[in-house]
Amino acid sequence: MIVASQVLTDVFWTSVIGGGLLAGVPLMFTALGETISERAGVLNIGLEGMMLLGAYVGFLGAYYTHSVWVGFLTGIVGGMVGSVFMVVLCVWLGLDQIVVGIAITLAGEGITSVLQGTQFGTTYPRLNAAPTFAIPFLHRIPVLGASLFTQPVLVYLAFVLVGVVSWLFRSTNVGLNLRAAGEKPEALDAAGVSVVATRSWATLSTGALAGLGGAYLSVVGAGIFTPFITQGQGFMAIVIAMLSRGRPLWVLIGSFLFGITLSLSSSLQPAGIYISTDITHMLPFASIIVALMLFARRSYLPPALALPYVRGAR
Amino acid sequence: MTTDTVTTEAPLAAVRRPPTRSRLGERLLDILLRSIVPVALALVAGGILLLALGRNPLTFYWNIWKGGVEMGAWQDSAIRMAPLLLIAAGLTVIFRANIWNLGYNGQYLLGAALVSGYGPSLVNDVPLALAMIVLFLLAGAAGALWTVIPAVLKARYGTNEIITTLMMSFIGIDLAAILIKGPFQDPTVTIPQTRVLPLGKMLPNIPGTRIHVGLLVALAAILVVHYVLTRTSWGLRLQIMGANPRAARHFGVNLPRLILVAFLVSGALVGLAAAADILGLWGYVRADQNPAYGDTVIPFVFLARLNALAVVPFIAFFAVLSTGGDLAAQQANLPTDFLLVLVGLILLFMTVTEYLGRRRDLGGSYLTPGLTQALRSPLGRRPSP
Repeated sequence: MIVASQVLTDVFWTSVIGGGLLAGVPLMFTALGETISERAGVLNIGLEGMMLLGAYVGFLGAYYTHSVWVGFLTGIVGGMVGSVFMVVLCVWLGLDQIVVGIAITLAGEGITSVLQGTQFGTTYPRLNAAPTFAIPFLHRIPVLGASLFTQPVLVYLAFVLVGVVSWLFRSTNVGLNLRAAGEKPEALDAAGVSVVATRSWATLSTGALAGLGGAYLSVVGAGIFTPFITQGQGFMAIVIAMLSRGRPLWVLIGSFLFGITLSLSSSLQPAGIYISTDITHMLPFASIIVALMLFARRSYLPPALALPYVRGAR
Repeated sequence: MTTDTVTTEAPLAAVRRPPTRSRLGERLLDILLRSIVPVALALVAGGILLLALGRNPLTFYWNIWKGGVEMGAWQDSAIRMAPLLLIAAGLTVIFRANIWNLGYNGQYLLGAALVSGYGPSLVNDVPLALAMIVLFLLAGAAGALWTVIPAVLKARYGTNEIITTLMMSFIGIDLAAILIKGPFQDPTVTIPQTRVLPLGKMLPNIPGTRIHVGLLVALAAILVVHYVLTRTSWGLRLQIMGANPRAARHFGVNLPRLILVAFLVSGALVGLAAAADILGLWGYVRADQNPAYGDTVIPFVFLARLNALAVVPFIAFFAVLSTGGDLAAQQANLPTDFLLVLVGLILLFMTVTEYLGRRRDLGGSYLTPGLTQALRSPLGRRPSP
């Protein structure tokens, strides 16, 4: 019989919070990106592919320059390259966003695996562990100090970014334009702002954030790049973004919770409890399904989501 | 509400006007262009990519032909067609209703886990034919069962099925892994996998070939689906609902029940695919095995314009591509995932061809408007159609 007090030690909490953060940050970046483009009326199903592109290119950058920062930058570029297809085909030409999204996912999965294979064969070179940064004073707080305030710098950046996007949406013109592009593109057009340009920038930033999320996975999280390293996290991010209904703070909470479930089984191991990742992995989805069955109700998504904007068409 | 207006004014894209005799040639050319051009362009673009990687594309494609068709390899391609066709049939049914079922991976793996979990003991206990039928039904039931929650949520509350089926898929994949590592684990090996079906107790082959009869089951399913979709009142009702739910309700269609049944049929067909694949080819399933057939089938279902019969040549093409692709990739010292790039390129060029086609006013779209429509109110109750 395992007593609760044996499990719920400081070490346990440290590992739950820290592990949840570490696993949740890629989701946070990616879901935040999806939130931006969804608000602007572009449904991006290709996140998985963009994450993989970011993960691979980011890994290459960090591998050749020995700098995690270059890795993050190249990762962002990699994700943006993926989203350029979305911009041109979906935003400019108005083609079907779901089909293009699936195409980007498949092509991203394939191309990263092929390039990795041609470049490194079956060897998987490893990067040095990313440096962590302990926030002065705060890192001495028990439990929270070791988990929350001693993390790679990008983790703090993720939190800042959530705040920035939240502020953008709420109190800037840019945010207003973005929302208008998803709510009533005709109105935005009439106000003299280009819907296509607004959506293009939104889609590009989605690609950049998904690429950053992917780069975090390979550069900080794993330290290596293996094909299919994202393991469906792009789709998880879509689910998180849709459930958050466009609110960045909810994206943060949701990603953190999903991150905990992704890392829970390794957190429990020191306490002698072995729960398979299959079970912990299932929990968030199962609970959302149960919640949906109990409280299925009206939610809100931009009315122009997934619809191309054609000037003058009604 | 915008949602309503758009739905009502959407043209009955799925219900096409029958072609007059004089336009038939034009139509055929149109269909041919729209179907072949994307594939051809994707092969060319893939070839350029191969060149960039320092491989000879002609050798690569020649090896695909050699490894997928020649020297009896066509039989391997035919074997690979069986699960793909069944999944294509399942997706055709649900897409016709303008509903997305993206939970095929979970449905497939649950069916596969159950079949390979109960199969080895069942084939020893009862006559082989009976065991096969029971296992097929079991897998079909598992696949169908896994669509019930998304179906009910969709039918009762209009909850977006993309999210719910995706989430059920994740749950299904994990549940299958739990089953395989737990109750169905083969005690004699350390890797997480089920017991293996005895070699003589799998699906029999079509006489004179190495192809198991699962392919016949799949072809029969395609025929039945095509017949039901095009020649029965149920198929018509499904099509009307897909084209315009409001009109369907005015025609007296029981929408919730139709949604539920369409989902059940789709899930059951995906489950059958698992049964055919396990009982005919693999004989067991590993915990980390996820062929993700559905991802690669989707493009071809759209290229076939949601026509169950037209799907067959496309799936045959893809089966050759993937069977021969294994050899070609091996010869070129590339990962087999190169095929995913090709499929992705086909999809991209499909949308581009579609765009050019639309510009030239050739006809309707690959995607019926309602399928796009389904994306627009996730989670929420859609205004009742």
